[in-house]
Amino acid sequence: MLNRLTDTLAFQSQALQLRAERQRLLASNIANADTPGYQARDIDFAQALRGAAGEAQGAALRTHAAHLGGAGGGAAAGGAGAWALQAQTNLDSNGVDMDRERAAFADNAVRYEATLRFVNGSVRNVLDAMKSHNAA
Amino acid sequence: MSMFQIFNISGSAVSAQSQRLNVVASNLANVDTVAGPDGSVYKARQVVFQTHLFGSEQSAGVRVAEVQEDNTPGRRVHDPKHPQADAQGYVTYANVSSIEEMVNMISASRSYQNNVEVMNTAKNLLQKTLQLGQ
Repeated sequence: MLNRLTDTLAFQSQALQLRAERQRLLASNIANADTPGYQARDIDFAQALRGAAGEAQGAALRTHAAHLGGAGGGAAAGGAGAWALQAQTNLDSNGVDMDRERAAFADNAVRYEATLRFVNGSVRNVLDAMKSHNAA
Repeated sequence: MSMFQIFNISGSAVSAQSQRLNVVASNLANVDTVAGPDGSVYKARQVVFQTHLFGSEQSAGVRVAEVQEDNTPGRRVHDPKHPQADAQGYVTYANVSSIEEMVNMISASRSYQNNVEVMNTAKNLLQKTLQLGQ
């Protein structure tokens, strides 16, 4: 019973963790924008989340056929970080596209915050469910 | 928590960029330095960045691997009246290109700003994470 209450929370905390992971990866890319030979990395968030959710509790969270479905298959990006595509060739073979990295960083920050709000909402839901009727 | 690593990553980058800025400042300050009687003159310096991993493959910071000296000969100007002119009347200046150094400076300062902004964003996100459930 308690599982059902906290399932959503567990899933969202996984998403939050992956967002934090991606944020760190993007920060690494931005930090190494001037390092010769460095190749930018990124993770396929949807695939990584699918992998993480599958590891933890199977398809328990797919409450709707359209949830987390997507294309599926393909190469496993995982949390290790796949190499990002190089936008243009540099003389020092550095593969960081600063515009793309900054955009991805801002995007990921907003999505992280959104996930935070979802977690907050879930916590509030659980708390509301636990409240007594008799309380003033 | 992996987000805390961002401060290490961006901190190392900021430190490396400020070292680069330091070297640019030295180079620019010595743009008009001439060779002494022994013929030795200031040589332009250049930092070499290297990826520095913090624990895992996913948190890649930066460090300055070495500071290289530019060994190209300095520019020689014919000025027999100059007190430091050699027997042929030539003065040897440091091999610093002020244009190159200015470009380097702008690039370093932009990268510095980028990394500071990354840290600010990470700080905001972490503060919001700390308020979770309240």
